[in-house]
Order: sequence, then structure tokens, then C-alpha cells
Amino acid sequence: MTQASEASVNGVPPGASVDKDKRNWLVTTCVVGGAGVAATAVPFVSTFQPSEKAKAAGAAVEVDISGVKPGEKITVEWRGKPVWIVKRTPAQLAELPKIDPLLADPKSERKPDELTPEYARNENRSIKPETLVVVGICSHLGCSPSDKFQPGAQPSLPDDWAGGFLCPCHGSTFDMAGRVYKNKPAPDNLEVPPHMYLSDTRLLIGEDKKA
Amino acid sequence: MAEFKEISPDAPIAVKAMNWIDNRFPASKLYKEHMSEYYAPKNFNFWYIFGSLAMLVLVIQIVTGIFLTMNYKPDAALAFGSVEYIMRDVPWGWLIRYMHSTGASAFFVVVYLHMFRGLLYGSYRKPRELVWIFGCAIFLCLMAEAFMGYLLPWGQMSYWGAQVIVNLFAAIPFIGPDLALLIRGDYVVGDATLNRFFAFHVIAVPLVLLGLVAAHIIALHEVGSNNPDGVEIKGPNAPKDAAGHPVDGIPFHPYYTVHDIFGVSMFLMIFSAIIFFAPEFGGYFLEYNNFIPADPLKTPAHIAPVWYFTPYYSMLRAITGEMAGALGIIAIVAAVLAARKLSGIFKPAVLVIAIGAALLLGLLPSIANWIGLIAPSAGTGIAHGLDALAKPLAGVPFLGELWGMMIKGIDAKFWGVVVMGGAVIILFFLPWLDHSPVKSIRYRPDWHKYMYGIFVVNFLVLGYLGVQPPSAIGERVSQLGTLFYFGFFLLMPWWSQMGTFKPVPDRVVFHAH
Repeated sequence: MTQASEASVNGVPPGASVDKDKRNWLVTTCVVGGAGVAATAVPFVSTFQPSEKAKAAGAAVEVDISGVKPGEKITVEWRGKPVWIVKRTPAQLAELPKIDPLLADPKSERKPDELTPEYARNENRSIKPETLVVVGICSHLGCSPSDKFQPGAQPSLPDDWAGGFLCPCHGSTFDMAGRVYKNKPAPDNLEVPPHMYLSDTRLLIGEDKKA
Repeated sequence: MAEFKEISPDAPIAVKAMNWIDNRFPASKLYKEHMSEYYAPKNFNFWYIFGSLAMLVLVIQIVTGIFLTMNYKPDAALAFGSVEYIMRDVPWGWLIRYMHSTGASAFFVVVYLHMFRGLLYGSYRKPRELVWIFGCAIFLCLMAEAFMGYLLPWGQMSYWGAQVIVNLFAAIPFIGPDLALLIRGDYVVGDATLNRFFAFHVIAVPLVLLGLVAAHIIALHEVGSNNPDGVEIKGPNAPKDAAGHPVDGIPFHPYYTVHDIFGVSMFLMIFSAIIFFAPEFGGYFLEYNNFIPADPLKTPAHIAPVWYFTPYYSMLRAITGEMAGALGIIAIVAAVLAARKLSGIFKPAVLVIAIGAALLLGLLPSIANWIGLIAPSAGTGIAHGLDALAKPLAGVPFLGELWGMMIKGIDAKFWGVVVMGGAVIILFFLPWLDHSPVKSIRYRPDWHKYMYGIFVVNFLVLGYLGVQPPSAIGERVSQLGTLFYFGFFLLMPWWSQMGTFKPVPDRVVFHAH
């Protein structure tokens, strides 16, 4: 495009010269104005963040586990998520070390700060060997896995199934300690939430002794 | 501004009124440009009904949607009940609701067929690239509408479907978890999520959608409609009558408006039959689990998206760690082939990018796994070696994470998201992927028709697998299907030019009936 036609496009008569000073001011004004408009987006986007009410809803919950018999599971709600408390039988505990080679992270070494508190970094992923406390949310896409405690062949599971959990969404499997099997969509073990025993039968979920 | 037109004071009152308006708003001009003097090719066939039908369904969705909002409550405690209230207590509310829920599925049926028409006859080729791109953007908006609308009844499928899809965003490295939090507005899908999805579903996305529909039609009427022969009826060499109108075109109104009324009648018969006799359509239009109120503590035994999302959902599920590693190898092979044709700096650049991508895809752990299949001890040895390699930088922010990603790959679920998104985004590039010398399938080599046939069957198989619970054989089939889907598009620049093309006639093929 030639100089003359460009000028006429911008409404400047052909042959007239461009007032550089005026143009610089126009550009500056547009940039400053644009920055102002962009800054206006901040409060709008910020409203998408969790509200103060949502943040406050994360208090710890106290659970009485005296009624849970070996081989049973109870579910309690903490921060809107299901937390499972499973009393494992001695037979189930004995199976755990045997399936280590089939697991993606048998020693709970991945993301230990997020997934496994120090007191649960053991073969059973628990404080007391028989009592497992995990958040029942699959580390893949947030579904809640189903109980498949019964060992042996069954639909969607291998024939040598040792008992554990199956995620109905994408087929990830977890053992009785919430450890994920290899080559499954879920990358990590189930999260062990911070928890502590207030007494032998009372459990506090959401807080531990460190805090 | 147009010239101010004076007409005789003796003109009939209607003519004078129209003239008054036309001097102030281009009503007659718009009517002529888009209806009475919009010349469309005279050889349209059955496939050309779906554009009009999509407009019809859009109107149905907007009107029924407006009436649903009058009784619906976007509140986690009330939403499920308010939908049941509409179904049971609001006079005729059940009909409005079933029209809306069936309309959602009908929208996708019509739009998929409309898009396939474009694929068959090359309607996305020059100069219709923008028509196609606006159309793809409409498709994206529709998917957003469908996804967010499905949360509103607050049933089990609503809840867990949203939970899964929002968590997909959490798989994006670095920003993912914060992004998912920003979308949900809470740590799990909850009241805040429902409320904002409602706002997006009823106003934000529809506004964008309407704007895109307008752009789609303006662009179409600027370049003119394609036709089953792919012959330009308004091109410089196309025959025209004395008035300059294409002889192979007929005015949209009255010819195609009347023609479309027939198609609309047929469509409405089927649509009504479904609404009245099978509104749930065997659990495919309204899933049975969605008649159970949302329970954040219990995932239903089997969750699957509604049928129109399942082909993409299958592709998402197909990306396991193993498949990601295989994709890494494919990336390297493709780069080596591409590098042979490049020179200078591009040659090593392509290879470096491909190797980087392959590492992020988890090439190294996949190799360890494959070796482990043959020699278990060697496999675990390599895996331990990789762990050791990733360890030294483990605690370092950003750099440590990046290094870890190079050694161990990014989670397969992230790549699942990339593949699912890519499957839709790749459609935008179709105008530049198709290098065939002719537009229409009619003049392409016969094996191109089989190629399209396999593409359709593949898409349907992926859709079927997406409805089914996960299984080992289904996973393998969906992995092959995913490779075919992407191969179809990514290799199109090559295969679309191959074979013997038939001569394209100068004018459209038309037999009067």
C-alpha cells in the first residue's frame, strides 16, 4: 500500500503529513486505557475462586470407629469428600506385601507430602495396621472407587484379584491399602488424609499431631 | 448511507410504510440478500437439510430453555427437586423439559450430519474456510452448552460427569489444580459450581453461540453455498443470466424455504415421536442414574457421558501410560521422516522437539515396562534407574518438576485430555489438511469413499465403546480407533492427493423431477 492511499484510508487528505505527536498520544492513550480495561477483569475472574464460606467448611471431623468390624468399611464426609475407614482382616493384611510387584508405588514414595503423611508411610499405609483411613477419591479424575473386597475372578477384575477397590469410571484398581496397580489410568495411590487417634475408638480426620 | 428514496404520495400505504423503513433500516435489502435473491445451487440433495434443522433445534432449545428457567432453581439443595417439580407439578412442564432434553440429543444428531455433509462435499475448501471455522466454533460452544446443561438436574450422572471433566483440567502441568479450583469454585463440585454452570448455560455461552451462528451465515452468504458436485455456481466462468444471477442457482426463498418445510415436517415427526414415546431413549438421552439425586460420597457403578460425547471420551480412555509411550515413538518416527525433507536448522529442530515430546509422553518408563514384559528384572532395574535419575532435582521448584516430567513423562491422563481436545480442535484445520484436487467425494477415487466409510464406522465404534464399562479388549480397540481418527486427519495432506480423480463437470449435475 502506498503512503498516499494509506493516508486517505485513515481519513487524512492525500498529500497531508501525519502528525506524529498526535499519533503517539493516541497510541499511549489506547495502551493505558487497554491496561485499565484488562485490570477490570481481575475482580470478575476472582469471583470464580472458592468463597470464604467454602474455605471455612474444611474443619476436621471426629468419628467413632468402635462399631466397625473387621472386613467392614464406613464412609464419613470431610471437606465434601468421602473418607473411608476400613478395618482390615489379618488375611487382607497378609496379602499386602505379596502384591508389591504389581503396584505402581508400593512404598508410597510419590508426592509423599500430598498423599501419605509420615505416620502412614508403611506397608499398610496406616497408623494402626488394621485401620486404613483414605480419601475415597480416585487420583485419576475424581470418581469414588467401589469396594471389591471379595478376592478372586469377577467382572472388570483380573482372575487373581486379591481384594481392594475398583474405580467404575476408568477401571483403575487399588489394593486394600489404597495403593494403585501398575498400568492403570490413575497415577497415584489414594490420599491418606491427616488424621490422629483421640482414643482407641475415636478418630479425628483433618488434623494430626504436627498441626 | 444509501440514497434517501422518495416515492409517489399515491402509493399504497404498505409500500409507503416499507419505503419509510427502508430509508432508515435496510430491511428490504437484507431480505433480498439473504432470502429472495440469495442464489443457492439447484442441485442440493438430502444432506442439505441439516443446516436449517440445526437452526430449528436452536430455536427449540432457546424457547424451551427460557420456560424451564422460570421454574428451575440453581441451588444444590433445590435443583433436583425443582426439575422433578417441573416434571410432575408444572402444567405441561414435562413436555417442555422433554423437548429440551431430547432437543440436546437432536442438536448433536443434526450437527454431526451437517458436519459430515461438509466433509463429503468439501464444503470447507477455499473460499469457505471461515464458514467451516465458525461452524467448528459453534460445535465447541454446543459441547460446552451440553456439558454444563447436564449438571443442572443435579443427578448422580450430572454430578460425577462434571467431577470427572473438571478434574481433567487438573491434569494440566503447573496450573492444573488451581485451574480446576477456579472452575469449580470449591474443593469438590458443589453449589458454587452448579450456580456458575447455570449462568454459563443460560446466558454466557448462548450469547456467543448466537453471534457465531450469525457469523456462520454471513460468511456463507458472502461466498455462496457449496453443492454435491463441488462446482462453483458463482465463479468467474460460471454461466449467468441477463440479470447476472447464476443459471445453476435458485433463490433461497421461495424454493429452498418450501423445500425445507418438508424436511422440517419429517424431522418434527421423528422428534415428537421420541418426545412422546421414548424421551429417555433407553437411557441414552437421559441416563437412568440421573434420576438419583447427586451424592458426593458415592460414584454410580458405571458412569459414562451422554452418547454424543462418547467417541471423544473413548479417545480419552484410550490414552494409558503404554499408549502415551507408543505415541512418543510415533512422534519420533514422524519427525525422522519429516526431517529427511527439511534442511538447515529445521532438521535438528524437528528431531529435538519430537524427542522432547516423546520424553514428556513417558517414553522412558514405557520402555522400562516393555523390557519388563520380556525380562522382569531388567525392567524393574531400568525403572529404579529412572527414579534415581529424577531424584537429585526432586525438591527444586519448576526445574525439578520439569526434569521429573522429562524422565518419567507427564501423567497419561494429561495426554488423554490433550488427545480428547485435539480430536475436536483438529477439525478447525481441515481446510488446510485436504489437498485433494477436487472438492466433492463424487469425483474422488473410489477408495476415498471407503476411507470415509471406515472413518464413520470408526467414529461409531469409538462412540459405542465410550458407553461401555472399561475392558481390556475395548481399550485396545479404542487405541486403534484413536490412531485411525488422527491418522485420517494428520495424513490427509498425503492420502487426499493420491489415486485417480474423475473429471469435474463445468456445471452442476441436475435432473429435474
